[in-house]
Amino acid sequence: MIKINRERCMYCGGCVGVCPANALTLNETMLTVSEACNDCGICVKFCPVGALEV
Amino acid sequence: MEVECLVIGAGPAGSMAAKELASKGIETIVIEKRQEIGAPKRCAEGVSKHSLEKLGIKVHELGIARTIKGAVLYSPSGKKVVMEGQGMEGYVLERKVFEKYLASEAIKEGARYMVKTQATDMVRENGRWRVSIKNLDGEDEIIANLVIGADGVESKVGRWAGLKTLNRLTDYHSGIQFEMAGVNADENYIHLFFGNEVAPLGYAWIFPKAFSANVGLGILEKGAKMRAYDYLKKFIEEHEDIFKNASPIEINSGGVPVAHFTGMAADGVMLVGDAAQLVNPIHGGGIVRAMHSSIMAAEVAEQALKEKNLSKERLMEYENMWNEEYEEKTNKLLKLRSFLEKLEDKDFELLADILEGEDIFQLTQAKLSFFLKKLIKRPSLLGLATKYLRD
Ligand SMILES: Cc1cc2nc3c(=O)[nH]c(=O)nc-3n(C[C@H](O)[C@H](O)[C@H](O)COP(=O)(O)OP(=O)(O)OC[C@H]3O[C@@H](n4cnc5c(N)ncnc54)[C@H](O)[C@@H]3O)c2cc1C
Ligand code: SF4
Ligand code: SF4
Repeated sequence: MIKINRERCMYCGGCVGVCPANALTLNETMLTVSEACNDCGICVKFCPVGALEV
Repeated sequence: MEVECLVIGAGPAGSMAAKELASKGIETIVIEKRQEIGAPKRCAEGVSKHSLEKLGIKVHELGIARTIKGAVLYSPSGKKVVMEGQGMEGYVLERKVFEKYLASEAIKEGARYMVKTQATDMVRENGRWRVSIKNLDGEDEIIANLVIGADGVESKVGRWAGLKTLNRLTDYHSGIQFEMAGVNADENYIHLFFGNEVAPLGYAWIFPKAFSANVGLGILEKGAKMRAYDYLKKFIEEHEDIFKNASPIEINSGGVPVAHFTGMAADGVMLVGDAAQLVNPIHGGGIVRAMHSSIMAAEVAEQALKEKNLSKERLMEYENMWNEEYEEKTNKLLKLRSFLEKLEDKDFELLADILEGEDIFQLTQAKLSFFLKKLIKRPSLLGLATKYLRD
């Protein structure tokens, strides 16, 4: 499951829109990742600030 | 709770849909997961005056941070092309105010709003949608005949309804922006910077506001050697003349869908705005398109509700309407986009030499035939012409 660096995350929701497993959800400033994550790394490649890590 | 129409998301798309639906006498509830509509923005806030006027959309003066005369384009080596005159004027908005004003207009028409209220799931039941929500009052459900998915790039509504709202990295700009004070750039223009070292497969921008400016860029991952954030820091460092005395007062980021989307409706559901990836694939502007899609969706909704037929087939008329207006143009712009993606920095320099401001305006409007003529006329541009014609 990917790791979210909460100090870096800008809670923009951009990663949510590219997750093929629909594993990401953003509510206000809280990005969460569910069990559905398959470590594909697409969200990591997208994140403009590098807040995600496989 | 039961309602005729539930709008999920209160961005420009959602509030425009709510305003239109409510003004047609349709019972409408809007839910927005944020505690404040419009903030934080994920946007450079630029809109064309001409496109707004064409749709008859009036922006409240408090929502306008600056009126713009035109655009200045910069090649990688710094050559400038100025675009101004008819059709080039625009506004840089204060989106937080602009969006709250839009919401107030919808409320004036009779729509009801709930903020800090997130849709968490949606299931089809007896020809209606049962939408689960969460807010300060706990968990609840709203049963709706029609759901308008205005939930932006994150769109879950589309996924719950079985529509293909997943964005592909190849068609999805990674965007980052500092809103800065102390920027030294002509405030009457927006400034756009091109080059594969500046913003690979995208561009960097400076959009002046009342006392600040949005300074940002969008890149495509496949062309990038580092994060969007790193490109922005580099851009600021390399333009000391502009940013010597500037500091950020806000940071934004986000995804910009630059694709052509199909399948905008399902039984009892229509997707509007970014949820349906309705952004201009060349400049990434999505505010006006979002509002236009909502006007169309509301028109179809009104008829479909009267006929008591909210089937996918009926609601797909919305997509037909959209395509009639935008499909040809979008396809041309996508072709232009794939051309621009092939350009090396030296090609940008060539373009800066041959294109006038007005030409570029035509390009962004997808009036492209002149462009090919221009390319073919000069032998030195043969390389560019083949890049354009290929694929
Ligand atoms: C960096 C950047 C710069 C941009 N610059 C420009 C520009 O200069 N000009 C321009 O025209 N466009 C620009 N865009 C694009 C523009 O921001 C979007 O096209 C526009 O916001 C789309 O409006 P929308 O209403 O469809 O979506 P959004 O404005 O994203 O609104 C969606 C709303 O839905 C809410 N929501 C999502 N999920 C749920 C849920 N489950 N429950 C309840 N609410 C939910 C969200 O909180 C949000 O408020 C830019 C985008 C980015 C990222
Ligand atoms: S894309 Fe990056 S900054 Fe944006 S919400 Fe996802 S992790 Fe956070
Ligand atoms: S790694 Fe892949 S599956 Fe996991 S959250 Fe990111 S995009 Fe989704």
